[in-house]
Amino acid sequence: MSNFTPAEIYKELLEEAISQGEARKEKTRVLVGTATCGVAAGALKIKEDFLREIESKNLSDDVDVFEVGCIGHCYAEPLAIIAKPGHPAICYGRLDDGLVHRLVEDFLVADDPSYEYAMAALERNDVFPTFEDFPRGIYEKKLILEQCGFIDARDVNSYLAREGYSGLAKALVEKPEWVLEEIKAANLRGRGGAGFPAGLKWEACIKSKGDAIYVICNADEGDPGAFMDRSILESDPHLVIEGMILCAYTVGAQKGYLYIRAEYPRAVTHVQEALEQARMKGLLGNSILGTDFNFDLEIFQGSGAFVCGEATALVNSMEGKMGMPESRPPRLAQKGYRGKPTVLNNVKTFAYVPLIIRNGADWFKETGTPESPGTAVFSLVGKVVNTGLVEVPMGTTLRQLIYDVGDGLPNDREFKAVQIGGPSGGCLPESALDVPIDFDSLQDAGAIMGSGGLVVMDEDDCMVSVARYFLEFTQHESCGKCTFCRLGTKHMLDILTDITKGKGDGDSLALLEELAEDVRDGSLCNLGRTAPNPVLTTLKYFRDEYIAHIEEGRCPALACRDLILYYIEPPKCSKLCNVCVGSCPTEAIFTRDDGLKEIDQEKCVKCDNCLKACPGEYNAVVKISPPVLPPEKVRVAK
Amino acid sequence: MSEYVNITIDGHDIKAKKGERVLWAALDNDIYIPHLCGIRQEERPNAGCRLCFVEVEGASRPVTSCTKNVEEGMVITTRSERVDRLVKTAFELILSDHNLKCRECPANRSCVLQDIAKKRKIKLRHDRFKSIVREFEIDDSPAEFAFDRSRCVLCGQCIWADREEAKVGAIGFTKRGINRVVTTFKDLPLAESICTQCLLCVEACPVGALYYKKNESDDSNKNSEKNS
Ligand SMILES: Cc1cc2nc3c(=O)[nH]c(=O)nc-3n(C[C@H](O)[C@H](O)[C@H](O)COP(=O)(O)O)c2cc1C
Ligand code: SF4
Ligand code: SF4
Ligand code: FES
Repeated sequence: MSNFTPAEIYKELLEEAISQGEARKEKTRVLVGTATCGVAAGALKIKEDFLREIESKNLSDDVDVFEVGCIGHCYAEPLAIIAKPGHPAICYGRLDDGLVHRLVEDFLVADDPSYEYAMAALERNDVFPTFEDFPRGIYEKKLILEQCGFIDARDVNSYLAREGYSGLAKALVEKPEWVLEEIKAANLRGRGGAGFPAGLKWEACIKSKGDAIYVICNADEGDPGAFMDRSILESDPHLVIEGMILCAYTVGAQKGYLYIRAEYPRAVTHVQEALEQARMKGLLGNSILGTDFNFDLEIFQGSGAFVCGEATALVNSMEGKMGMPESRPPRLAQKGYRGKPTVLNNVKTFAYVPLIIRNGADWFKETGTPESPGTAVFSLVGKVVNTGLVEVPMGTTLRQLIYDVGDGLPNDREFKAVQIGGPSGGCLPESALDVPIDFDSLQDAGAIMGSGGLVVMDEDDCMVSVARYFLEFTQHESCGKCTFCRLGTKHMLDILTDITKGKGDGDSLALLEELAEDVRDGSLCNLGRTAPNPVLTTLKYFRDEYIAHIEEGRCPALACRDLILYYIEPPKCSKLCNVCVGSCPTEAIFTRDDGLKEIDQEKCVKCDNCLKACPGEYNAVVKISPPVLPPEKVRVAK
Repeated sequence: MSEYVNITIDGHDIKAKKGERVLWAALDNDIYIPHLCGIRQEERPNAGCRLCFVEVEGASRPVTSCTKNVEEGMVITTRSERVDRLVKTAFELILSDHNLKCRECPANRSCVLQDIAKKRKIKLRHDRFKSIVREFEIDDSPAEFAFDRSRCVLCGQCIWADREEAKVGAIGFTKRGINRVVTTFKDLPLAESICTQCLLCVEACPVGALYYKKNESDDSNKNSEKNS
């Protein structure tokens, strides 16, 4: 043990971090969002553009360019924040090389912040609105995403300077029981899907009294479309690391792992760097902050199968066995990694921990609902204007989330359903939009919080196809160990496929529903138990769509290819334009004697090209379901 | 602390060994519960077949008896509407992926599937589900036995026999989901694998997937004896 108290050691680290930060602030800083979402939109090139332009203006000594994580406004990527002394820090979106050139010339050289291109300022000021002034800002409340995209993820000082690791310094002078009581009092519920109280899980682990205890962070994030865990690890890795250290201190663990899927190379790199820096600062490893508490962390790169995110399968996979679930009990808290008591929590769950310890359980409970305190993080995708990562207080309604935060559906499309919780979640209709988002209300409505994927759907989305799509995913990801999931999901998928092809019969729905319930009740693990959710909810809320497919051979959304045909409406066709003819890959469109275009249904492959190609002033190509040509065809074709 | 606990199964008072699982406590007392994958000695049950459901008083839904430890005062019922429904569906699902040509099967009349069907009065058919049985090449490379995967119900009994009794480790499960199979390392024919042909797996197979080849000189029908 050192002669200094944790508080003293922490104070020194903090001062050093702050003075580094102050020094940095004297210069102009350009922060480019280079999380995976930004990189996909070309952020690395934007960073190069900035560096090149800055050099060409001989500003390299006055301007630093940093990479930061994701600020959640993914729809506007690539984006960058420019912080120039004398101006509020300002975020610019939808960057390209031209705009970068402009910003360097006008703002960095000439001191004109080019407000016409700005999205928002980052701090309150007299000249330009901030993100909080956006309509969505009223509903958003950022706790664990607060620093994402604003701090340098690759520099521990950046985290330290904003109170980072102060929770750890505070906890280390208290007993582990104090931390546990704080987490229990905060009623922090697991964000990996099921919402189990983290405090109770930790306590169970302490009570198991094994000779070793492990702490594992679940960053497998296998849901298609979910990327918040990746974002947090890439953008603010120390937040998660501090949470894990606090957990280890509480349960008495000396060793922990971050199970990160191998497809997340940036997250792996950022976490790796963060671990090294934390060790160098004495925040991780032996004698943390000068105390006799030792704890170290290692990364385990996951193999990628969706089911490996399930707790017992994850442990099996870490032990080198096949990544398959086991029946429980025993729970991981009794018998986990290497047979020892193990705490497994989601990335987000750990991320709340430092904030709760820093600010207290009561502060945490100010946000959200009594049963589900805190915030919910979603990746908002589908037919919604503002796609991206959002964080809202628990208890926000789906309507607020979609219409106020997400700004509604684009092009005045009509809302039909929202799939919440990923492939294991449920599809909720318009009538459920006022359901508050919290663990229990969603469950009652037939969906789950799940991993926080949220897909908005409109009238073009066929609910049978949607259910089929999600089931195809889970069926494919079934590990095959148990009968209901291995065979039950296969038969469910076959029935759904038949229905989308118009081959369903009178018994299909009853059988599908029965089987879905049995798979839910009989499967070994939660993959199988939740796989029927999309089917059961669409059957509950959109049964008429199923019936239209089965009884009329009609797909109301005009989405099921076997139940539609493409047709050119004679009164609308211009006769003179040939666009559709050229667009057809199979030469199915021909010109009739009367000059009108017609589709040879035998040749048509339903590729949708002609419908897209037909100029807006005509809009003559339509889809028809059931696939029966209108009588006009018979009359004219004579 | 006593070594036994008192439980009730279907109204019978039973003394069961502490740490025992409900499935074996019931079977030891001649109370039938269908099961395919359960292995008494296995520390962590596979729990894959999903046929051994029972009701335990206080539990919100049926539980698999092969995974449930007996506890003092536990009250168990082996049949209920919910249990029967789950067992019937699981059984029919298994049959939908099982080569049902019983008359051609060496295990005919000694097969555990026929036994379950009889005891639970479930038809040996899968009317609700269409057959998804796939064609597999029969591995008849061993001298005395053969392996027809179209009859395999993935119970894992052969793997246990191979690993824990024969201590060889020639066979195991591979592939995921609907493609799960029992096979050798690199999918080699058994005779080319490290299999010692000790026949313990054939003895363990409760259906006709691993079976003795017909041997002209030896008329005794081993296959129909092995499960009796
Ligand atoms: C098929 C399946 C996949 C899962 N994938 C994940 C995942 O990617 N990340 C995660 O945190 N939890 C996942 N879970 C939930 C975990 O089993 C476990 O409940 C969770 O990691 C516990 O952490 P929490 O209490 O903090 O939520 C998955 C569960 C199932 C059944
Ligand atoms: S429910 Fe599916 S994933 Fe889970 S054990 Fe059964 S087969 Fe495997
Ligand atoms: S071969 Fe027989 S014993 Fe082995 S898994 Fe298949 S059915 Fe079970
Ligand atoms: S015997 Fe219990 S699940 Fe197979």
